[in-house]
Amino acid sequence: MKNTAKKIYIALIFLFLYAPIATLMVLSFNASKTRAKWGGFTFKWYTQLIQNDDILKALGNTLLIALLSSVIATVIGTVACIAMNHMKKRTRTVMMGITNIPMLNADIVTGISLMLLFISFGLRFGFGTILLAHITFNIPYVILSVMPRMKQLNPSIYEAALDLGASPFNAFRRVVFPDLLPGILSGFLMAFTMSLDDFIITHFTKGAGVDTLSTKIYTEVRKGIKPEMYALSTIIFLSVLVLLLLVNAAPDKQDPRADKKQASRF
Amino acid sequence: MSKELIHLNNISKSFDGQMVLDELNLTIHENEFVTLLGPSGCGKTTTLRILGGFATPDTGSVIFDGRDITNLPPNLRPLNTVFQKYALFTHMNIAENIAFGLKIRKKSKDYIADKIRYALKLVNLEGYENRMPDSLSGGQQQRIAIARAIVNEPRVLLLDEPLGALDLKLRQEMQYELIRMKNELGITFVYVTHDQEEALTMSDTIVVMNQGYIQQIGSPESIYNEPENAFVADFIGDSNIIPATMIEDKLVSILGTRFACVDTGFGHNKPVDVVIRPEDVELVAPAQGTLTGEVTHLIFKGVHYEMEVMAGGFEWLVHSTVLHPVGEKVGVRVDPYNIQIMNKPESEDEEAVAIDI
Repeated sequence: MKNTAKKIYIALIFLFLYAPIATLMVLSFNASKTRAKWGGFTFKWYTQLIQNDDILKALGNTLLIALLSSVIATVIGTVACIAMNHMKKRTRTVMMGITNIPMLNADIVTGISLMLLFISFGLRFGFGTILLAHITFNIPYVILSVMPRMKQLNPSIYEAALDLGASPFNAFRRVVFPDLLPGILSGFLMAFTMSLDDFIITHFTKGAGVDTLSTKIYTEVRKGIKPEMYALSTIIFLSVLVLLLLVNAAPDKQDPRADKKQASRF
Repeated sequence: MSKELIHLNNISKSFDGQMVLDELNLTIHENEFVTLLGPSGCGKTTTLRILGGFATPDTGSVIFDGRDITNLPPNLRPLNTVFQKYALFTHMNIAENIAFGLKIRKKSKDYIADKIRYALKLVNLEGYENRMPDSLSGGQQQRIAIARAIVNEPRVLLLDEPLGALDLKLRQEMQYELIRMKNELGITFVYVTHDQEEALTMSDTIVVMNQGYIQQIGSPESIYNEPENAFVADFIGDSNIIPATMIEDKLVSILGTRFACVDTGFGHNKPVDVVIRPEDVELVAPAQGTLTGEVTHLIFKGVHYEMEVMAGGFEWLVHSTVLHPVGEKVGVRVDPYNIQIMNKPESEDEEAVAIDI
């Protein structure tokens, strides 16, 4: 009895959580254009979607920005972690606090302030400004996932590598980097995901004529919801889901002790 | 003594304004087992780090085989270090760990394979090539750390409290292992520890340090039997340190009673400290003792009984295999050659004296 109640309770939670997305997915296969009735199963909207050049271009932009911004943010974030690790404890705590604030900041505030910053520097809005904005909000996520790894690191291993004849660069590359890798990877994946599904910051920092998927969907939806958008949203949902699963799995494979805090933030 | 290999010249080092080493001078000879012994914060690890190249002295120089290596980075020094927490590379297997230094020196595959076999044999861990460091026990990891260091054929092996994380039984086994390895390799070992038993068991030479100064340098026997000051006497083993007066050569007044001793050259009626090891205090019948007293505490320690005897206003620590129950009246007797006379520190500051050799 008690167990059945438990199961029903869990089922209800999942139902409420996933019903909207499930509806969306189902509708993306609905042959009828209205949302009200089921007109049979079809891939029509998916094929129309792939033939839509605007959407494909936006997809290309999204992926390119996500990839570039997360790679660059990963490099900057990792280097920042190395530097912070060598700071005195108090300075480091202050620095960690400063890097954490942008994550807690409302996206709209980040978006508007970046926009104002770009205007005051006289930058031309477009692909470049979106990329800069994405790098900026991605760096804290990388630091957040690399730093715990950094702290777990036995400081002697770097010295041991030097002691055995490795140059400082080689010691980092062959000994420190492999130990940080799980953190760096999950930081990269997290940054990639954040970039992929960002709308608000992109909305404020993009110029006319450049769109990512999220801003494209936004403009399309304003003109009236087309079923292609269901198909597109389904694809985005599934790819983000896969990425999230990867983020969760990456540190575990390397080190079962690594905490899962980072992933549970979503 | 064999040839001088390392010379530390007037080394001073401070961290954040705190003096850790003050004008330290030390000579290490070829094929010597030198132990830097002292309480934590005495500067022993800093000395080792300066030798390894991980710290640069504020003043002074490090001379290795006639060459000044003070500013040489660690990767170019002909020494290798065994770190306190092993510092094995966890993402590499045992063979890769051991091969690390050899690969950097671009040795041939055959040479590396030979060396791995040899090193694993030396540390008694044959067949462990493909294991990961995490799957090894603490003692085994420590042996791998040693193997990884010695395959590079360093002229000096630096060991930073390598047995600190092991349990007592394993620690004692590893002490014998280390002595055997050192004899087999024929290289210099510089060993850092705060454990006086480790130091006494393994070393050719012990360097007792405190507060950045060298307190005494000598063989284990001389450090134990002839401590030069109260710090050394107190730090190495248990001891009775008693204020006394040197009446004349070979005669000392301890607690108002005259004891014969063998030391000379301290002058007449001069205040000194005497050290008497607890196992050198003999408990006899009250009539035969130089002093008489009463047993106040008794603990069984396994090999011996540890007793405290109140005699002449001083609580004497006594180790003996013969039991004297609490409350028994006893006589205290000490053989003249078991009384070690030390100069009193002239002021509080000079309790830690710098010694040049």
